[in-house]
This record gives sequence, C-alpha cells and structure tokens, in this order.
Amino acid sequence: MIKKWRIVTFFVIILALAGVISQTVMGTAKGINLGLDLQGGFEVLYEVTPAEDGEELTDETMQATVSALNQRVNVLGVSQPNITIEGENRIRVQLAGVDNQQEARDLLSTQAELSFRDVDDNVRLTGQALQENGASVGFDQANNPVVTLSLKDANKFGQVTENILEEYNQPNNRLVVWLDYEEGDSFSEEVQKQDPKYLSAPQVNSPLYQQDIQIEGNFDVEEAEFLAEVLNSGSLPVDMEEIYSNSVSASLGEQAMDNTIFAGFIGIGLILAYMIAYYRFMGIIAAVTLSAYIYIVLLIFNWMQGVLTLPGIAALILGVGMAVDANIITYERVKEEIKSGKTILSAFKAGSRRSLSTILDANITTILAAGVLFYYGTSSVQGFAVMLIVSIVTSFLTAVFGSRLLLGLWVQSRIFNKKPRVFGVKENQIHESQ
Amino acid sequence: MNPSENKRSIPFVKHRKKFFTFSAVFFLAGIILLFTAGLNLGIDFQAGSKVEVLANDTLTAEEVEQQFASIGDGYEPDEITLAGDNNELAYASFIGTLSQDEIAEIQTYFGDQYGQQPTISTVSPQVGKELAQNALISVLIASIGIILYVTIRFEFWYGLASIAALMHDAFFIIVVFSIVQFEVNVPFIAAVLTIVGYSINDTIVTFDRIRENMSYEEEITSFDDLARVVDLSLNQTIVRSINTVLTVVFAAGAIFLFGGEAIRSFSFALVIGLVAGTYSSLFLASQLWLSWKWKSIQRNWNKPQKEDPEDMEPEV
Repeated sequence: MIKKWRIVTFFVIILALAGVISQTVMGTAKGINLGLDLQGGFEVLYEVTPAEDGEELTDETMQATVSALNQRVNVLGVSQPNITIEGENRIRVQLAGVDNQQEARDLLSTQAELSFRDVDDNVRLTGQALQENGASVGFDQANNPVVTLSLKDANKFGQVTENILEEYNQPNNRLVVWLDYEEGDSFSEEVQKQDPKYLSAPQVNSPLYQQDIQIEGNFDVEEAEFLAEVLNSGSLPVDMEEIYSNSVSASLGEQAMDNTIFAGFIGIGLILAYMIAYYRFMGIIAAVTLSAYIYIVLLIFNWMQGVLTLPGIAALILGVGMAVDANIITYERVKEEIKSGKTILSAFKAGSRRSLSTILDANITTILAAGVLFYYGTSSVQGFAVMLIVSIVTSFLTAVFGSRLLLGLWVQSRIFNKKPRVFGVKENQIHESQ
Repeated sequence: MNPSENKRSIPFVKHRKKFFTFSAVFFLAGIILLFTAGLNLGIDFQAGSKVEVLANDTLTAEEVEQQFASIGDGYEPDEITLAGDNNELAYASFIGTLSQDEIAEIQTYFGDQYGQQPTISTVSPQVGKELAQNALISVLIASIGIILYVTIRFEFWYGLASIAALMHDAFFIIVVFSIVQFEVNVPFIAAVLTIVGYSINDTIVTFDRIRENMSYEEEITSFDDLARVVDLSLNQTIVRSINTVLTVVFAAGAIFLFGGEAIRSFSFALVIGLVAGTYSSLFLASQLWLSWKWKSIQRNWNKPQKEDPEDMEPEV
C-alpha cells in the first residue's frame, strides 16, 4: 500500500517553503547590514585618554563619549553607524556608506571644547557656559557667515568682558576664542601666523551683558556649519587618538559584493548539482534543506541586526559545508544500511539514528570552538564566531530534522520499497543480510 | 560486519610512516621558510599606509608613481602593485603612516583624476598584531575545551590527535602563504579560523566511526587488530570525506575564481586549508591516534593490573 497523503504533505511543505522564500528572500537579503568591506565606508579605532591629566577613565566617561560620537554621526546622516567600546580605552567607529570621509573624520576627532581666553591664554569662560543646542549659523552685516552662540547666563559673559576691559588696555583687550585648546598653544605665537589656530580674537570695547554672541572667524559657510554642528552635539570628555583606520571606497566595496554574490550562486549551484548527481533522490532533499538553510541564516542574521562582513561570509560557507556534511553523513549511512540488506524503511531509520550522534559530536565541538572565539575574540574574530554559531545551529536543524522529515515522508509512504536505485544503491551491491 | 570492506579498500595504515615523514619534512621546511622568507604581512600587521586607486582604464606603475609625484613632494610609494582584470586597480604602499591631511590631499587628487576616491588604510601594527594574538589565544583555549569534550565523549587520545590535526592545518595554510607570498591580512585570520572549524568537524566525524568500530571489537591483542579497525573506518568514511570536501571546495573555489580581487587571498587560504584538513583527518589524525593508542595499550599491559585495563585513562 502506498500512502499517498504523505507524498501530498511533502509537496505541500515544498510549495509553502518555496512560496515563503521566493516572496521574502529579496527583502530579507536587502535588509541585512553590510560591513565596510562589502559596502564601502570607513572605520577608525581610537585610543581614548582622559581630557585632563590625572583623571581616570571610567565606564561612564566612555559611554558619554560614545553617545557624543553618536550625535555627531547623526549629523552626517549615516544610516547604520556602529560605535563600540573595545577593551578599556578604545572606541571603534564604523561608518558604512559615508560619501565624504574627510568631513566625517574631522567631525569625529575634534574634541569640540570651546574656550574663551585672554591674550595670556588664561581661561575666562569654557564651553560649559554654552546653552545646549544653542549654536547656529548666521550672517553679519557684510553677509559673511558667523556662528551664533547662546549662553546660559548673560551676566557671566558681561562679567568676563568687564574684567578684560579692566585688566588690559588697547590693543590687548581681546577675548580669544579657541576650539580644542591644547597645552602649549599660545595666542602670542598664533597671532603672527597666516592661519592661526584659534577661531577669532575680537577686541572688547565695552562690557557685553548679552546672552547671544557671535563668533566671526573668517569662516566660509561650510566651516561655520561644521563648527555649529560639533558645538551642538556636545564636547567630548576625552582625548581621542586615531590608532587604526581603514577606508574602503564604495565602488570597490560594491565590486566585491557583486562578485561575491555571483560566486556564491555558482558555488551553491555546483554543490546542489553534485549532491543530486551523486545521491539522486536524497540529493534533491538535500537541495531543499540547503536552500532552507541559507534562507533561515539570512533571516536570523537580519533579525539580529548583524553586520555581514567577509569573515561572516567565510562562516556562512563553513556552515554550508557542515549542512552538506550532515546530509552526506546521513545518506552514506542510509546507503550502507541498504547495502547490508535492510529494507528501505529500516535502513532509513537506522541510518538516521546512527548518523545523529556523529553529526551531534562534530557540531558540538565546532560550536565549542566558535563559543570560545566569541568570548575571547575581538571585532572581526567575534563577528566570525557569531555567524558561525548561527550557521551551525541552523545547519543542524535543517540538515538533520528538515532532511529527516522530508525524506521520512517519502520513505514512509512506501513508494520506494524495493527501489534502492532511488538512493544510489545498485541491486548487486546489496548483500543479503544474516 | 561489512563484507565489502576488502573490495577496493585502501591500506592507509601501511603507508602511515610515509605520511609522518612527509608531514615532518613539511613541518621543518615550513619553520625554515617562515624564518627566512617570512610572511608577506599586509598593512594590518605593519605600520604603514596603503592607497588603492581604482581607475576607469588600464594603469601602469609609472603612471601611478607620476600621479603621486604630482600631488607633492614626499609622496613616493614604497611599492606599487597592479591588479584587476585590466590592471585598472593599483595598490600603492607607504611605510609609515600618512597623516590626516596627507590622506585628504591624496583622496582629493585622485577623486578629481579618476572620479573615484581611492581607498586608504593606515594602521599602526599593534592593532593587527593584537587581533592575530587574540585569535591565537582563542584557538588555544578552544583546543583545551575540545580536548576536554572529546575526552569525555570519546577518549583522551582522540582529543589530542584532533588538536594535532587542527594545528597542522592552520600551520599548513601559513606555510603555503609564506611560499606564495600572498598578503596576510585580517580576512586571512578569518580563513584560518574557518579551517580550524572545518578541521575539527572533519576529524571528529572520522573518529566517530573509529570509536563505533572499536566498540564492535572484542579485544585488541595486536597492533594489526587496531590497524584493521582504523583502515576499516577510514574506508567506510572516505566517500563522505571526499564528497564533503568537494562540495565545500566548490563554494570556496567559486569565490576564489569569481569573487573578485579583494577576497582572492582569503578564498585561496580556504581552498588550501580544506585540502589540508581532509589530508590531516585521513592520514595524520587517525594514524597518530593509532600510534598513541597502541602505545597506551602496551603501557597498560606492562602495568600491574589492578583494574580493568580497557577503561582506564592513560596517564600522561
């Protein structure tokens, strides 16, 4: 008796699977964030030191730095900025798909600490006195761009200007505006240069009790906008030094991606063709479960908001290998059992059962290794490990349970009873058992 | 058991001395090579800067050099390599890191020249070295974990032999990279890790069959008994070993051939490692296990027999 309903169930599952995959695979694949190496963009690793000597670098300062960086990155309009703390004193910034890398670099690395000093470089007012989000770009009478700042307290600024007037005479009655003043910078040196480091040094002619002030620094519009943006996104509580940077041009990244996808299709096509040629009917089942494997890995990766990089693709390939391997181990075992003279049904059962422990041990050892890599690894090693764990678990589920379910439906329908050729076993290879 | 075993069966154990010799020679040659030729360390492991210029049509080294010279003084690449199907891609390496201003200048210049800003990477070597060091330590820790797991599930000697195979495979890739002098970069580390994963998987599958066949054995009384089990197991699993490695090589090979310049050395490492991984499972791991296991059985015979020697863990 052939149980037709099992075969019908098989086709229903296949059709449902094909329907879901074909409808959603493009969306899923497009929704995956691509790493720099596949999309273009750049990454910088900063070593962080406290802004002032003797201060300690706490978790809080690191967090504050990351959120300040995040705000600055938002200005650039990067869709998926990835800013992570690494170890104790490092911050990795990955910006994919940035058009203007120079601007992004400048924007990130400036400390954005504004200070008002006298001509002897003594601090009169710091960036703390600024109102949050109070900076904007305006124009003076001559239509030159200026940066307008709002202060928290008009009296304080009035006091400062009054002090300057009292202490200094012409022409030293200046209030010098610095961005990122560093120890050793001096006004008297910079004033002689063509392109001084300070922003501007206006003369104070009368006490200014006002909340809004203007900085006229011979800016062009872009410079003025840049300054307003960094002031608005807040100063960094730390000094950051670039210790590693890597930038990939978008076109190179795209080329790599296109080529890799094309190569991936060829590779998978070859695998499926080989499996079907060698394992016949079981190969077709393997093809179905492999397609499901690739789809599910992409889906999980999409949910996890993971970033796919070259090492990730390596892990995906290893996962394909292990999924194929699980299929091959099972099929070889089933073939052996058929050759030993068992009926198709009992050969299928024995083969699945005996191959399971092999597959399980092999998978667990590899997951163990991946787990250690994830725990101890950094950046790309960690990314590799995440993808590997996802791949192994998925490959195990699809190649063991998926394969078993689908193949089981056919075997148990009894349609293949006494047809070993379907499984790639010739009649003369079968040895009558016992 | 399986009566077909004698048909077309390959006597692996008979040739094991040759495999050992081959691997020992390879190992020595590899060490010498690493100390003399060394590795072509990429920018990730050396302080320097690398500019990748992508033009619309064919470039020559002189052209690139001239382009750099016309940016200004001091832009003399230490090395220029051309790549791409029509040499439209040029890598210019600088020893010593370029400053932000210099990077900006180069990017603007080539952006104007070819309409595409070049890719520029600068690095202080410590970061790449740390990554490699970190990966190495992780692999060592993982190895201990694997030995523990395999000792519990199988037996200590299986664990030790599988780690030997794993190290062999990782070392093999590194030596091959020293021979061909391909660039060693961060993706290369990922490739080595992938092979480590594959190697464990492959070895464990083979060992699983040895373990199973061992359980059918009444008693091991001679080396030939043990050798017979290993040969039988390897012959039973060889179709699977070859089919599996072939399919993975399809994937890695396709990426090597069609995957583009950027990941060529990465996929090359994968292909080499896969072949090494299969070789080591068949010819090294199993044979090492055979030798060690036989010695430990003999040792147990020589010991005063207190308990059932079969289940005793060998002490090292």
